[in-house]
Amino acid sequence: MFANPFSLHKLGILGMNERNSRYVSRYNPRHLYPLVDDKLQTKQLLESSGINVPELISTIKEQSTIQKLIDFLPASSGFVIKPAKGSGGKGILVIQQVEANGRDFNYIKANGAVVDIEYLKRHCSNILAGLYSLGGKSDIAIVERIIEFDDAFSDFSYEGVPDIRVIVFKGYPIMAMMRLSTQASDGKANLHQGAVGVGIDIVSGKALHAVQFGKPVKEHPDTHRLLEELQVPDWNNLLLLAAQCYDETQLGFLGADIVLDVQHGPLVLELNARPGLAIQIANGCGLKPRLRLIENKVNTFRHKSLSAEQRVEFCLNEFD
Amino acid sequence: MSNSRWPFYSLIAVLFFGGIFLSVYRHIEYQVPWMPGERLITWSVEARIELQADNEATTVRLLRPLNQNNYSLLDESTASPGFGVAYLDEKNIIEWTKREASGPQSLFYRATFLVNNEQESDQSKAPDVLSVVWSEPYQTAANQVVDQVNQRSAGSVSFAQQLFLALKENDENISLLKKDVPDEAELAVKLLNQNNISASLIYALKLEDGRRRQSLTTLVKVWFDEAGTDNKQSIIFDPITGQRNIPENHLLWSQASKPILEVVGGFDSIVTFSIIRQRESIGAAIKAQQNLEQNLINFSIHTLPLEEQALFKTILLLPVGALVVCLLRILVGLRTSGTFMPVLIALAFIQTSLMTGLVGFLLIVFFGLLLRSYLSRLNLLLVARISAVIITVIAIIAIFSVMSFKIGLVEGLKITFFPMIILAWTIERMSILWEEEGPKEVFVQGGGSLLTALLAYLAMTNDWVRHLTFNFLGIQLILLAFILALGNYTGYRLFELIRFKSMVEK
Repeated sequence: MFANPFSLHKLGILGMNERNSRYVSRYNPRHLYPLVDDKLQTKQLLESSGINVPELISTIKEQSTIQKLIDFLPASSGFVIKPAKGSGGKGILVIQQVEANGRDFNYIKANGAVVDIEYLKRHCSNILAGLYSLGGKSDIAIVERIIEFDDAFSDFSYEGVPDIRVIVFKGYPIMAMMRLSTQASDGKANLHQGAVGVGIDIVSGKALHAVQFGKPVKEHPDTHRLLEELQVPDWNNLLLLAAQCYDETQLGFLGADIVLDVQHGPLVLELNARPGLAIQIANGCGLKPRLRLIENKVNTFRHKSLSAEQRVEFCLNEFD
Repeated sequence: MSNSRWPFYSLIAVLFFGGIFLSVYRHIEYQVPWMPGERLITWSVEARIELQADNEATTVRLLRPLNQNNYSLLDESTASPGFGVAYLDEKNIIEWTKREASGPQSLFYRATFLVNNEQESDQSKAPDVLSVVWSEPYQTAANQVVDQVNQRSAGSVSFAQQLFLALKENDENISLLKKDVPDEAELAVKLLNQNNISASLIYALKLEDGRRRQSLTTLVKVWFDEAGTDNKQSIIFDPITGQRNIPENHLLWSQASKPILEVVGGFDSIVTFSIIRQRESIGAAIKAQQNLEQNLINFSIHTLPLEEQALFKTILLLPVGALVVCLLRILVGLRTSGTFMPVLIALAFIQTSLMTGLVGFLLIVFFGLLLRSYLSRLNLLLVARISAVIITVIAIIAIFSVMSFKIGLVEGLKITFFPMIILAWTIERMSILWEEEGPKEVFVQGGGSLLTALLAYLAMTNDWVRHLTFNFLGIQLILLAFILALGNYTGYRLFELIRFKSMVEK
């Protein structure tokens, strides 16, 4: 029933206690947390330094503006409403399409359900009241352009947008995983809710192997597409984007969530200062050897002068 | 890395060995035993009198308890700045006097009783039977009650027994009389006197460990002629239950009908009681008390007034609960809803007793979740919603208390010990969890919280743990050292060994 802790140690698996004390609290200074806990701040910070993010349409900051919510929403294209301080994908509402219905609009959700403007107002009101934010603090609702994900992935995901989580340590992308939503995960890309995690080779962008509910799987449970055929296009650019996030946030142990948009290429969806450990299961290897490698290199080389491109180059060579 | 850590490790070592040293010192020097073992049980009771003095000569007289069946007085003491104290032995009274006192005054009387099996003869004399006068319509009702009870009884004792049964039944006549004399005990004495039986109100203190600000319970003492002699015998009734004899764990504070507290030259006086149970050897207890003022190293909770001692008895257990939480979260990886919420729930369990606490907790959370699911459809703002949940929790607690009292379950009243704000937040959090992650996560976290609370409860009610934490303050340092060391643990959690199992199998 239990794995031998010594063999886990041998594999270099990072545990939660060690992640917290050795990496998160050492490399992520507390005062930088607001940057990533608040998605609006992250977005503005990344945008101002030229990193691609999903386009911001509007923000709703006060309950009073909810009455005029319709003025803040696009009239023809799909959009996403999300809480700025939400965590774990909570409170994210995806409107795929908008249809005019007389003087009103019909909003069509990702799963095909049709909702009206009152529903959206209630959702925004909940967001502002802090229903989805950590500790129930009052929050801001963000409206952003919907992501039209690459057709290359359409067979690999059920309803939701697949995203790629890259662990960036001191600016070096060291491990990556793609998260595919399933029927079991209700279109959400959360692994513990049943999404499929596919480990991605950091050098080639090809699938290594995949897990669902902590167990290995060969094909997507709903679309039955073989997961080993998965190849992320534009891989080096994606890694570069992830590496650049370190330069902007200065967070040493960072999880960058990236999506591939048809028109705009890789976009940074959000950043995470406490990235989860499931990525190790999806990759079938531990994080610790790579973390130690970077820790040692960073101390010996004059890494500060290395640009994001050079750091990606270093990883592509080192992890080959 | 190891270099920069050594001050931290030495801090842990200093705390650990300091704690051991303090404990061993206290053990050797003051003979405080390591084990609670077969120690004699003593109860320390403290009466705290508060009054507003009138700027004139002030006299305060307090009735004090005497040796009695099952309880022997070990020692007694007073604390009363500026007051002269006299023990008036023949009257069982302690008297405080001051020439001129002004403003609020606090006086303390503390007595320690040893639990044993000795029997004491009752010295008190039967009071005279008072003539009873009722105004109409009470007179008729009283006559009827006395007649009815008389028919059902054979003598003074059985009259009293039947009278208390009648009082419990609460028929029309009794309800009418209660309008005139609302207190059952007083009413009983009046009716007994009416039937020419001498009786008086006496007062007893319920002995419960760690209680503060308690008041006395009223009992009724009934005298009757012993067959064939002139002697009067007495018997005690509990007017609430109608049972003969003193209820269990009650210390008689007064043996005869006398006021507990008399104050001359003051107003707004009130007397409250604190109780604490100790399991020390008598020798150690006395020796420790003698050494109290002389030694700083004997830094002991025993030097505090009893009320604060009772408070500390609970507070000193909190680190044990915190350690349990640390162990379960850091070493096991159990998920709980709210970090230290389980400790607070465990504290509530200590007050309510485990089964009552568990049932009460599940009931409150269950009904709270039901009501909360309705509230979530109203789309209220967060603060208003939580406030509504708090009021709901209070309403649930009130309803259950009243219901359980009506059907005769006094246990149900203990439900009021739950921390309501904490419960409201628990319900709110679990409800959100239910909506977002589904019921499974609610059961995982709710179960984790309950399991943690249960283990913390078991640790905190363990006799040995209670004995150690209360008698050896050094234990706190050892606990702190353990928790600091745990904070430095970077190994795997027990649940991670399951989580990552598939990786080893390949």
